[in-house]
Amino acid sequence: MAIFLNADSKVLVQGMTGAEGTKHTRRMVQSGTNVVAGVTPGPPKFAKAAVIEAIDAAIPLCVVITEGIPIHDTAAFFQYAENSGKTKLVGPNCPGLISPGLSNAGIIPGDITQKGRIGLVSKSGTLTYQMMFELRDLGFTTCVGIGGDPIIGTTHIDCLAAFEADPETEVIVMIGEIGGDAEERAAAFIKDNVTKPVIGYVAGFTAPEGKTMGHAGAIVSGSSGTAAAKKDALEAVGVRVGKTPSEAARLVREVLAAL
Amino acid sequence: MDLYEYQAKELFAKHGVAVVPGKVCFTPEEAQAVATEIGTTVVVKAQVKTGGRGKAGGVKLADNPSEAKDRAQDILGLDIKGHVVHKVLVAEAADIASEYYVSFLLDRTNRTFLAMASVEGGVEIEEVAVNNPDALAMIRVDALVGCTLEKATEIADAAKFPAEVREQVIAMLQSLWKVLVEEDATLVEVNPLAKISDGRVLALDGKVSLDDNAQYRHESHLALIDNAQTDPIELRAKELDLNYVKLQGEVGIIGNGAGLVMSTLDVVAYAGEEFGGVKPANFLDIGGGASAQVMANGLDIVLGDPEVKAVFVNVFGGITACDAVANGIVQAVAMLAERGEPITKPIVCRIDGNNAIEGRRILDESGITLIERVETMDDAARRVAQLAAGK
Repeated sequence: MAIFLNADSKVLVQGMTGAEGTKHTRRMVQSGTNVVAGVTPGPPKFAKAAVIEAIDAAIPLCVVITEGIPIHDTAAFFQYAENSGKTKLVGPNCPGLISPGLSNAGIIPGDITQKGRIGLVSKSGTLTYQMMFELRDLGFTTCVGIGGDPIIGTTHIDCLAAFEADPETEVIVMIGEIGGDAEERAAAFIKDNVTKPVIGYVAGFTAPEGKTMGHAGAIVSGSSGTAAAKKDALEAVGVRVGKTPSEAARLVREVLAAL
Repeated sequence: MDLYEYQAKELFAKHGVAVVPGKVCFTPEEAQAVATEIGTTVVVKAQVKTGGRGKAGGVKLADNPSEAKDRAQDILGLDIKGHVVHKVLVAEAADIASEYYVSFLLDRTNRTFLAMASVEGGVEIEEVAVNNPDALAMIRVDALVGCTLEKATEIADAAKFPAEVREQVIAMLQSLWKVLVEEDATLVEVNPLAKISDGRVLALDGKVSLDDNAQYRHESHLALIDNAQTDPIELRAKELDLNYVKLQGEVGIIGNGAGLVMSTLDVVAYAGEEFGGVKPANFLDIGGGASAQVMANGLDIVLGDPEVKAVFVNVFGGITACDAVANGIVQAVAMLAERGEPITKPIVCRIDGNNAIEGRRILDESGITLIERVETMDDAARRVAQLAAGK
């Protein structure tokens, strides 16, 4: 089992014909993805139209890799997807998701890990890769990069719920970063709804207030959005939080060994 | 990008939001001239992108042009929470009868927009939210529907605006929504929104944040950029199209991916505690597929910071192969040497992921003695902190 994406998923690539699009489509096919079609590329300014087209076609899962989409565009297509009730969005500004050995939709490298027992959800692309690689011997059911923009489709909570329901996922790793209150809300969700062990990691303890750290959503404003507040919220509901990505990986090993 | 009050008010006026007449001034003499033009009592307001101007002495009334000049003299050059005042807004002083609050902002939690309104304006709205939450109306606005007449009425009534200003507030909310949408803003805030003695409702202050991602469809916004307060190294990095943020510390950081770089800052700061509080000097994300040129630009920027004592290159090769990254580092060092700026500070490299073995071999055999390779992120952070501390 995996969440959201499996070997049967038929994938259409919007923006397949450019150099990057072709490269990543080839990689997706190499990781087992059933790519059935592709259309011509588009920069951030065309992303809204492309997503709305996918929603109009009632495509159940729409993965938006594009970085730099204006927030008003994202707010509009997110609302459009909500109204349609048919399309689940992942992203924007994300690496996509992979169910190792089954299918890969996006730009996550398919060859740095394998199928296994861990479910991973992360705001950050490279920290997703880092964790996939550190725990490659244990492997993953699905790894979802949900993206670092202020408005994203699929959230930590959506993934936590899906991993909780997935019989093959035995432990969940949740990677967060500064900005917003998604991690705090995920903590509240875990308290009431997640029985499987969750290991956390939060990036951005040293980020100063008011400076955007690469992701449009990664900004500490006033007392909210700090890494410390997120770590505290997670620990308060029994999530063990690693101080570094490597420590988080060690905690996953400990938990899996004890199961 | 956050705007100054005078810039926000220019956008307000453009979209039909009522504001008081005024002009930005850079010298006391200009302030005097503008006060003469206005011809009434004026208010001289420091233009800084931070709150608490009034308490810091950055807002003063002036009864005549010569007083306006003196007040501008007092305010220009003031340091308000680390922001030095370089310009003042001279505006007609309004005879305020009541102060209200309205704003539209991005609501991350609900993934839509939010209107906030209160008849208790003129104070920190956060205080109202905490001390008297019932006095702050918060109404979601559907991004596809917008702030229609019905929605604006709902907001005004939820905040219990009195009958004599209700219609004006409803019209103002619709105009402010236009500012938010047509200017691609993530925040428009008016505090105070004031009823003045003649019954008119005016925006006496304004705060606007624009979405940098939407810059491409607003050529006019380029003129709003003010780099006077921006760190010079950040400016240079921006010219090179690098995602760089200056911090206060001794360890230069270069990595790929925003999350990994943020994480690197943390790991270096933890390791630095052991060495007398060594800290990361910057955030620099060179993104995916780092070419030699991008790596050279990155090293150039980071090494150009006089506070930097040692550099940590932390790359995880996901899509990017580590051998390409290693070649990039070696070529970058050569490129800098060719330019007559050979590196003098140690560079600790941790590269992992795709083709890591080949990448490590390239670095080990490069013969560059200032490059030190460490296997794991945690160990590399410890080593670079030690080097930066001179131990």
